[in-house]
Amino acid sequence: MVPLWWSIVLGVALFVIGAGGVLLRRNILVVLMSLELLLNSVNINFIAFGHHFADSRGQVFAIFVIAITAAEVAVALGILVALVRNKSTLRSDDVTLMKG
Amino acid sequence: MVQGLFLLFAAASVIAALTLVLARNPVHSALALMACFLQISAIFVLLEAPLLAVIQIFVYVGAIMVLFIFVIMMVDVREAVLQRFLPGNNLPAMVLLALLGTEMLVLVLWSGAFSAATPPAGGEGIGLRQLATSLFAEYLLPFEVASVILLAALVGAIVLAQKEQR
Repeated sequence: MVPLWWSIVLGVALFVIGAGGVLLRRNILVVLMSLELLLNSVNINFIAFGHHFADSRGQVFAIFVIAITAAEVAVALGILVALVRNKSTLRSDDVTLMKG
Repeated sequence: MVQGLFLLFAAASVIAALTLVLARNPVHSALALMACFLQISAIFVLLEAPLLAVIQIFVYVGAIMVLFIFVIMMVDVREAVLQRFLPGNNLPAMVLLALLGTEMLVLVLWSGAFSAATPPAGGEGIGLRQLATSLFAEYLLPFEVASVILLAALVGAIVLAQKEQR
């Protein structure tokens, strides 16, 4: 029987590592991968709490998160391919088209 | 036994995540991400969610990683290898991350609600039948909306990635 706080600490660790990847990395591909890691750490929390409270809704929400993540990755990689075709760069600080 | 396995998989997933963030080559990052997803699916098995573990392997390791590898093959990643992190001062982001981590840990570990040794409800676990009933009866409308979102994302990705014919 795994204590609940172990899963939560694991989720926190993976979330902080993924957020570090999103904030600090320069390569857009690695930023997208870190985003996947963030969503996965949230999934760990959903399933851990669902297991702890013997409630199936945690797993249902995790399934929805996985579905939305798949859609998000497809669109993001489509945008990335279009971006590289127009402006051959992968560095996130070179993409300043919207003056951000 | 289960606790030892959990610690093993958790340590492996954290190491894989660190490799993902710190690796120089995006291909190495993608492989580390795949290893991390496999460890997380093993953790799902330990948390008695075998369906989610299989979905995790199918969707993440099977589909999303193939997408990433294809995009890495399509674009030229060699110039991105040279510099890993954003130029300039990264200290504010690091401080923000440390604050975020300590805040989550303190809030979770100091509140006594999560450290209860025994689960409050009866612990026979979640059956697949209960999960299916919950997904297809109680959450039928979000399920259908998710399928529409997937269709829209499919069409959008195709439209975004095709060459302009004009």
